[in-house]
Amino acid sequence: MRRFLATNFFLGDDPGSLSGDASLVEAGIIDSTGILELIGWLEDTYGIQVADSELLPENLESIENIVRFVEQKRSARGAA
Amino acid sequence: MAVGARLTPDVLELDPAAATDRIVAELRTIVGKTLRRRGAVLGISGGIDSSVTCALCARAFGPERVLGVLAPETDSETETLRLSHVVVSTFGVPYVVENITPILAAARCYERRDETVRELVPAFTSGWKLKVVLPDVVGNDLYRVLFLVVESPDGRQERHRLTAEQSLAIVAATNFKQRTRKMIEYYHADRLNYAVAGTPNRLEYDQGFFVKNGDGAADVKPIAHLYKTQVYRLAEYLGVPEEIRVRPPTTDTYSLPQSQEEFFFSLPYQKLDLCLYAHNHGLRAEAVADAVELSVADVERVFRDIEQKRRTTRSLHMSSRLVEPVAEIDLSDA
Repeated sequence: MRRFLATNFFLGDDPGSLSGDASLVEAGIIDSTGILELIGWLEDTYGIQVADSELLPENLESIENIVRFVEQKRSARGAA
Repeated sequence: MAVGARLTPDVLELDPAAATDRIVAELRTIVGKTLRRRGAVLGISGGIDSSVTCALCARAFGPERVLGVLAPETDSETETLRLSHVVVSTFGVPYVVENITPILAAARCYERRDETVRELVPAFTSGWKLKVVLPDVVGNDLYRVLFLVVESPDGRQERHRLTAEQSLAIVAATNFKQRTRKMIEYYHADRLNYAVAGTPNRLEYDQGFFVKNGDGAADVKPIAHLYKTQVYRLAEYLGVPEEIRVRPPTTDTYSLPQSQEEFFFSLPYQKLDLCLYAHNHGLRAEAVADAVELSVADVERVFRDIEQKRRTTRSLHMSSRLVEPVAEIDLSDA
């Protein structure tokens, strides 16, 4: 996740210092186009489908939220 | 205004005569003394902003030293050209009609856009219409990513979420329209030794609702400091015809009718003006909620959207950056 963000967005001079709960939008790291890039990467990398109704801060605002969201999606798929 | 105070719409009241006098005086100074030009060229869309800017330029330089550029293209609404004629006729301003469709076709504006649309809608061809839209801000926290809406010739509509690449490709292709219009405006400005007057109001300028080097390019922007509500007040004072003053703002960029709220802004301008004013003056959401008939949570969403747009569009305001200053080029008097 951090590698994807560091490759595609400017994380500052010390990418490693980005905390897991920092808002990627409010920090100016990603914008609405960045959200779409992130969704595309999550879908391709983890084989999940992100619904329009899931485009919410609670799922995508921070690294921690994204990790939790992907884990939920993958476990829901595994249980199906 | 005190931080704890309740906002009322009258905070946007202005004295239209005084505002007009000030803008006209500044226009004469900026164009005549600073830019050393002898008149103004501006694009006329038949909308409120270009109508008011046209009237102000006519007062500043005399109608004969203003040129209106009417530049419709194939996706323009039919009303655009008629209302644009009403504007130049009302203020006695000379004008040219420049249909930019052939230039856009030669640049493959429509073809590039449609190639991207067909990735999602293979059947999309001539006879279909399209627009791009954003989710509402009010009532939800959904990220404001672009969706494509297409309508088949038999009136059936489809809505698709765009990928990042598709979103960028469609906007990049349609940006040819604003940039082509500006190219034509500068052609006429160059040949007449005029300045180009831009037409953004404060909402558009602050929130970055313009195309860089397109409608965002101009030598002077006479109404960029005015909230849209104030532009309407000025329009009434300056004699902009009522049919233009009552027309809902539109982007007039895509073939399906598209409001400015669908494409960019979060609220109708009357409410967004008040939210922006409140946010600019450090007022809390509670102070403005009643005036705009929204919940406190929704006003907070609008405040966040205002900040997000400022962050996203900051680079649109920047001129070319230099690695080192070139001290001999002094713009301190500009």
